[in-house]
Amino acid sequence: MDPGFFLLFATVSVITALTVVLARNPVHSALALMACFLNISAIFVMLEAPLLAVIQIFVYVGAIMVLFLFVIMMIDVREAVLQRFLPGRNLPAMVLLILLGIEMLVLVLWSDRFSITEPAAMGGGDQIRQLGTTLFADYLLPFEAASVILLAALVGAIVLARKEQG
Amino acid sequence: MMVPLSWYILLGVVLFVIGAAGVLVRRNILVVLMSLELLLNSVNINFIAFGRYYGDFRGQIFAIFVIAITAAEVAVALGILVALVRNKSTLKVDEVTMMKG
Repeated sequence: MDPGFFLLFATVSVITALTVVLARNPVHSALALMACFLNISAIFVMLEAPLLAVIQIFVYVGAIMVLFLFVIMMIDVREAVLQRFLPGRNLPAMVLLILLGIEMLVLVLWSDRFSITEPAAMGGGDQIRQLGTTLFADYLLPFEAASVILLAALVGAIVLARKEQG
Repeated sequence: MMVPLSWYILLGVVLFVIGAAGVLVRRNILVVLMSLELLLNSVNINFIAFGRYYGDFRGQIFAIFVIAITAAEVAVALGILVALVRNKSTLKVDEVTMMKG
């Protein structure tokens, strides 16, 4: 039951990720990325992280992808459709990627630390309550720093995208 | 039957390589940014999978921080992109050489 669902979501997310990279039209890339994020949030549900799954859908699918689609609508993408990949000099990048992929696959498959099949018991009780307590007690300083970073990004984005006066 | 941890890690590896391919070889800045999102998401899968299989909340907490920072990054990047298109009217990464990089 579980492996079947995992394989379904993993296959669809990999296919949509390939579509993101290979599609000619940036709008198709954005929609494929949206589908990929939905599948990844399903995988988060399988990992018993429902809060993260909901945050993933709200933030990525609801906010970030709408932002991408807005920008695609604002600017003219027709001339960018013509050429998908960087001209020339793609061979070193591909070799680097293949080496990286083989290296990571070999490391993961050879190591015996990744072979555990039984998840550890999650201490029972209300998982999201525990998560919130940990976040707001032990990780309060990083939380505040993240809020400051978000505020700075908000101001920076408004300043950058504003029309110059005069 | 439960899914072994290595399957999640392998999914993360595959998504990471696909996203890195998009960052390295695509010419459109928008698609490069989308591939960057893919990279960060594959790392999130790793965080949550390890947190689940070792019974630790910190994986999920780090994933929340990664999502928050990603939102900030996308807002600033798209702001820069709009300013770039307004000033140079190009979307190709190899034509953005204002800083002589």
